[in-house]
Amino acid sequence: MKQNAIMIKAQDNVATALRDLDAGQTYQFVAGKETLGVTMKEPIDYGHKFATVDIPKGADIIKYGEVMGRATAHIPRGAHAHVQNIESLRGRGDLKKKGD
Amino acid sequence: MEFLGYEREQGGVGTRNYVGILSTVICGNEVAEKIASQVKGATAFLHHQGCCQTPVDINRVNDALIGLGKNPNLASVLLVSLGCESTNIHQVADAVAATGKRVETVLIQEEGGAARSVARGILLAQDMAAEASAQKRAPFPLSELVLGLKCGSSDTTSGLSANPVVGILSDLIVEAGGTSILGEVTEFIGAEHLLAKHAKDEETARKMLALVERMENRAIQMGFDIRGGQPTGGNIKGGLTTIEEKSLGAIAKAGNSPFQAVYEYGVKPDVKGLVVMDSPGREPEILTGLAAAGANVIAFTTGRGAPQGFPFVPVIKLTGNEKTWRNLKDHMDFSVSSVMEGAETLEEAGKRLLRELVDVASGKMTKAEISGYTSSMDIYMVGPVI
Repeated sequence: MKQNAIMIKAQDNVATALRDLDAGQTYQFVAGKETLGVTMKEPIDYGHKFATVDIPKGADIIKYGEVMGRATAHIPRGAHAHVQNIESLRGRGDLKKKGD
Repeated sequence: MEFLGYEREQGGVGTRNYVGILSTVICGNEVAEKIASQVKGATAFLHHQGCCQTPVDINRVNDALIGLGKNPNLASVLLVSLGCESTNIHQVADAVAATGKRVETVLIQEEGGAARSVARGILLAQDMAAEASAQKRAPFPLSELVLGLKCGSSDTTSGLSANPVVGILSDLIVEAGGTSILGEVTEFIGAEHLLAKHAKDEETARKMLALVERMENRAIQMGFDIRGGQPTGGNIKGGLTTIEEKSLGAIAKAGNSPFQAVYEYGVKPDVKGLVVMDSPGREPEILTGLAAAGANVIAFTTGRGAPQGFPFVPVIKLTGNEKTWRNLKDHMDFSVSSVMEGAETLEEAGKRLLRELVDVASGKMTKAEISGYTSSMDIYMVGPVI
């Protein structure tokens, strides 16, 4: 059966859409041993991520059970989690320039 | 399981049987290309290096050309040089000839210009092609496969399906006694702690970590956030947000085998099994580096649809993105979207991919070969043009 989304590890706080997801709709998907239902705050394109919990600003973004970046803004459950609200922690020559 | 390949005098087995027309410097490209275009069975390796560079890069070009010339997919080699460049055509010719291959040279300034060089090069290459074509394929064990690993134009499906499937393929080749080469060090950034756990021992892990640090520092020194360059604009459109996320998906190509050694760019592994090689992720440089290291077949995963191939090493394109599979059928060889849909396990897809790999190694043409999309080639430099 075609799945709506995939959350790779139970400790992840984002999931990846496996079809285009509509705003306002609640989608079920398997997350480890349980099934989660998340209502999309906005449309999520195939392959893009959404928050599976409310993620506070400054918190780690977890995918594959690993840290893949940091929230630059509060990301509510069901919101699009991408470059507009997640920054990388690596290869940041811009931070070095500012003396960070 | 066996594949049908071409035996080479000094070890190695070719999956292809080309006469390689290798330009030793950017200024020889026009002649090398014209020679190759007139001879069936010949293919040109062109690049932008070989002169007005620091010695470290000139040595890299010499070594890469030697590695490419020795690649078992080349039956024989014709080197084309302008005649005044920094690379040393005679050193390259001697090193390649030591493998027992026929090696010929054309120096444009000595030959009396491009027209004479092209004419003599064509006649030499015709004779070499006739010789090469007399050789027949014979069965060889999978231990003779040297598999290059690559992902390009990735999206989130790459890390979820195509890369782990290639990881299983890599493990199967390693179990069979073959070699698998993981490059794209940029795409270890953020996942190197996981890859380090797969090192044969601590020293090997440290060597890999040093490559990652060197690559990241090179990027940081430019004074910008690498995002936009890595992940690329296309990666971001495909849903990849940070280099860490891209890397966590990319290293799945390495499978679960321990890596045995760490090499500089384009260096041929002296051990079997999984190995790590320094290289950036951009297609021309890594495909060339893998070929110089002796790869006789390359598995290339893509999400958004990367068409690039290499002149003389078959590059198998696989994708887990069903839209890409539908839209870019003339570039994609293999779909693993079944994994994304839950219709096939990673293991099943990996075994299916091994059968495809054996077919391609035995002569089945890839889409890149059929369409002639095989010019993704250049040598990775570390210093400036001076």
